Amino acid sequence: MRLASAEDFIQQRLHLDLLLLLQLLLLSAVGLLVLYSASNQDMEMIQKQVSRLALAFLVMVLLAQIPPAALQRWSLSIFTFATILLMLVLLLGTIGKGAQRWLDLGLVRLQPSEFMKLAVPMVIAWYLHEKPLPPWGRHTLVSALFCLLPTLLILKQPDLGTALLIASSGVFVLLFAGLQWHLIGVLSLLLLPSVYLFWIFGMHDYQRQRVMTLFNPESDPLGSGYHIIQSKIAIGSGGVFGKGWLNGTQSHLEFLPERHTDFIFAVFCEEFGLFGVILLLILYLTIVLRGLYIASQAQTTFARLLGGALAMTFLIYVSVNIGMVIGLLPVVGLPLPLISYGGSSIVTLMASFGILMSIHTHRKLLTNA
Amino acid sequence: MVSRVWLIKDPVRERRLFRFRSILAAVAAVVITSILILRLYFLQVTNHEHYSTLSANNRLTLQPIAPTRGMIFDRQGVVIAENVPSFTLEIVREQVSDMEITLEVLSSLITISDGDIERFKREMGRKRRFDSVPLRFKLTDEEVAIIAVNSHHLPGVEVHSRLIRHYPFGQLTAHTLGYVGRISEQELSRIDPTNYAATTHIGKLGVEKSHEALLHGEVGMQQVETNARGRVIRVIERIEPSPGKNLYLNIDLTLHQRALTALGDERGAVVAIDPNNGAVLALVSNPGYDSNLFVNGISYSDYNTLTSSPSKPLFNRALKGQYPPGSTVKPFIGLAGLEFSVITPRLKTFCPGWYQLEGSDHRYRDWNRWGHGATTLHDAIVQSCDVFFYDLSLKLGIDHISDYMHQFGFGTSSAIDIGGDVPGLVPSREWKKTAKNEGWFPGETLNTGIGQGFFLATPIQLANAVATLANSGIRYQPQVVRAVETQSKEGYRLLPGQRAQPTTGISPLTPLNLQRIQEAMIAVIHSDQGTARRISHGIHYTIAGKTGTSQVFGLGQDEKYVAADLEKRLRDHALFIAYAPADAPQIAVAVIVENGGGGGSTAAPVAAEVIQAYLNPMTERDAP
Repeated sequence: MRLASAEDFIQQRLHLDLLLLLQLLLLSAVGLLVLYSASNQDMEMIQKQVSRLALAFLVMVLLAQIPPAALQRWSLSIFTFATILLMLVLLLGTIGKGAQRWLDLGLVRLQPSEFMKLAVPMVIAWYLHEKPLPPWGRHTLVSALFCLLPTLLILKQPDLGTALLIASSGVFVLLFAGLQWHLIGVLSLLLLPSVYLFWIFGMHDYQRQRVMTLFNPESDPLGSGYHIIQSKIAIGSGGVFGKGWLNGTQSHLEFLPERHTDFIFAVFCEEFGLFGVILLLILYLTIVLRGLYIASQAQTTFARLLGGALAMTFLIYVSVNIGMVIGLLPVVGLPLPLISYGGSSIVTLMASFGILMSIHTHRKLLTNA
Repeated sequence: MVSRVWLIKDPVRERRLFRFRSILAAVAAVVITSILILRLYFLQVTNHEHYSTLSANNRLTLQPIAPTRGMIFDRQGVVIAENVPSFTLEIVREQVSDMEITLEVLSSLITISDGDIERFKREMGRKRRFDSVPLRFKLTDEEVAIIAVNSHHLPGVEVHSRLIRHYPFGQLTAHTLGYVGRISEQELSRIDPTNYAATTHIGKLGVEKSHEALLHGEVGMQQVETNARGRVIRVIERIEPSPGKNLYLNIDLTLHQRALTALGDERGAVVAIDPNNGAVLALVSNPGYDSNLFVNGISYSDYNTLTSSPSKPLFNRALKGQYPPGSTVKPFIGLAGLEFSVITPRLKTFCPGWYQLEGSDHRYRDWNRWGHGATTLHDAIVQSCDVFFYDLSLKLGIDHISDYMHQFGFGTSSAIDIGGDVPGLVPSREWKKTAKNEGWFPGETLNTGIGQGFFLATPIQLANAVATLANSGIRYQPQVVRAVETQSKEGYRLLPGQRAQPTTGISPLTPLNLQRIQEAMIAVIHSDQGTARRISHGIHYTIAGKTGTSQVFGLGQDEKYVAADLEKRLRDHALFIAYAPADAPQIAVAVIVENGGGGGSTAAPVAAEVIQAYLNPMTERDAP
């Protein structure tokens, strides 16, 4: 009974979902372990990552305290605020790594696209929650516009990875809202020509290069193909059981570029092998499934739609990173959630889990009442 | 399923709709995860072997290790070519924060020329960031100390020590040893790329070139683990290189010293050979040069000085210098006369101081314008009578002379083991036909008979010819390298002397004839009339020899040769050949002093010095 009451305390008072919390803590621990190896045992890097994780978990706990109803009320304001910030970035943002993503506020450097990751699914879920579902055509259109505007602004920065995440978070809200199958079919068909048009007009040369590299990395082994070739060597040479923690030659001898950031998954594969990788993927999968379960248990339309979209966006997040590291997708520059070093994205990510926890723990307990 | 448009919200239906979509999403999540796992299975299981190999290739590198070059010792065991550590100042770019400031600081500490900096920057551009690039070579001990003291504020600046070839007696041995230098483009195509993978220098000349294969050794290998930027992390396996073999030469450094001292400032060459086996005891060409200059690339100004010097210090006179042998051929011509029975020892020829061919009024002059009177072969050799040999060579004819001179090694390469010599020239009818497209004239036979005209011989040929005479006609190939170091009990393997290939089918020498010639050659030194009698003073053994004086400048028919009137460069070359002790020869010597004047006065004393140094190393020869 004591145990049950402790669980109740975490659930009712702290508004945290115990299972999700344990999954996330486990994942963070694995992440630190891999980072320790990938950074060549750089304790300074580990300390920074720990403090970043601590901040992220704090944000998660804070967001878990806010009832979904409040988030629902603030949705439009948050979205409007984030859109204005995005426009400001394009006008007077700081340039980092060749892209304009930052807003320097003196004390902190803001990356408004991070707000958008939450604002887009929130605003669409808010917009649709009173509408009859499946959504009508014009409701779908408005939702699509809510999604398209920030996506285009972020593509302009350019930040292909984030744009992809934001677009998919919006699409997922619509899908969970019950978007009609024939519309899904038509939209999928429209996707092909628009991808083609984007390829021709919307992409930078380096982005096109990355996509081309995916299909034939050996064409430029020392240039743009280098990342993907070295990454595949790291993964493949890991075999079933891996080379062992701290023993990955590809990463420790610095053949693998970006080994503690975007390509950290290759380090994991090299050192822990297929066996470890399957365990890690199962961990990720269970987090997604837990998110979906929470969403399906939610009591309001807003909470359901937002929860489902956040869970699936996390899946996209993970699979796009892994897809690019194992050579299935072009290199778009997304970190591996909770394992890659750095990034303000980790805070946003944990905020989304905070929202999920809030959804789960602020239910009116009808059965018990 | 056809979707309908619902006008009002229905919580229960919407909830069911969401449930359905969530299940679809969950299925999608499982499918996506499965696709990722399938792909990973393909990489980590199906293609594991392939990627493992690539991974190993990435990190493991085979690095060659250069073998240490063999050392070279002289006959007495003195080191004459060795490898010494040399200090170089090197900089690793990635450890230097500001290269310009570092270079400035270094320039203020030790001398660094603009050329050094320019070469350094050029090389730095080609190397990787962590490679150490040399800035200055051959630091002095003092400079090493200055750098060491200041090293704390010079990060990335390192003093390295590497082995470079050093010739302790540079000038003395340059023309024998030659030198090593950086491998050239041309040599690169000739050498075994594996064995020379780590080698920077190769023999360019002399012993260093001819015995390159022995001196070089076998390359070693080490397998190292490197990181992506090529930096070596650790050595996994190492096969030591087998060092080059040490060589022991027949050359005696003392003889070189004495010969050079005796030559003084005169240009010339001294070659000494052991007649019993062809061992080359001395191979001197004066002036020499410091072979150390060439090891790490000679500077333009040094090279210019050497090449523009009128005395041609780079020219190896002992092997490549072709001189008219002059009267030094007389013992060989005389022996030919006896062997072909065209004269007898008792035959006397009258020498009025000149010789005239029948039907011609051209006078072939004797060096002694008053003549030698009635002369036997013995007298003709002792006093170097030209007229006797004019007459004799006419009796022999050019064909016999040409054949016989070849028998003693004239006119063909001496086949010396270090190579690099030239054949000289013994004229013949065939040669003249091919070279000049002219017939042979009797007058040319006369000139050939006294070692003038077309006749050209090198000092090594002269030395080997007189050694052959001393060794009863058995000729060896001159041999500079005496032994090669081995792992055997003795520690070395002797290289036996090689008999020279006979060039003509002339039968062995008649001992009696040989003896008459030898007696005459002894009398050249040890009789009152001998042209080299001056050197007989104060020696306790007998020397057999022959002087020679070869014309550089053709005199007119009635002109008189007066040395003092002629410019030094147009004066006669002085020659001397000898062997000693006459009864049991141990050393045969040929000396040529360019524009030295008389053979007896200039060349013979040099030979005497060398003979004395060899036969009686403890005592100096009394000055005459």
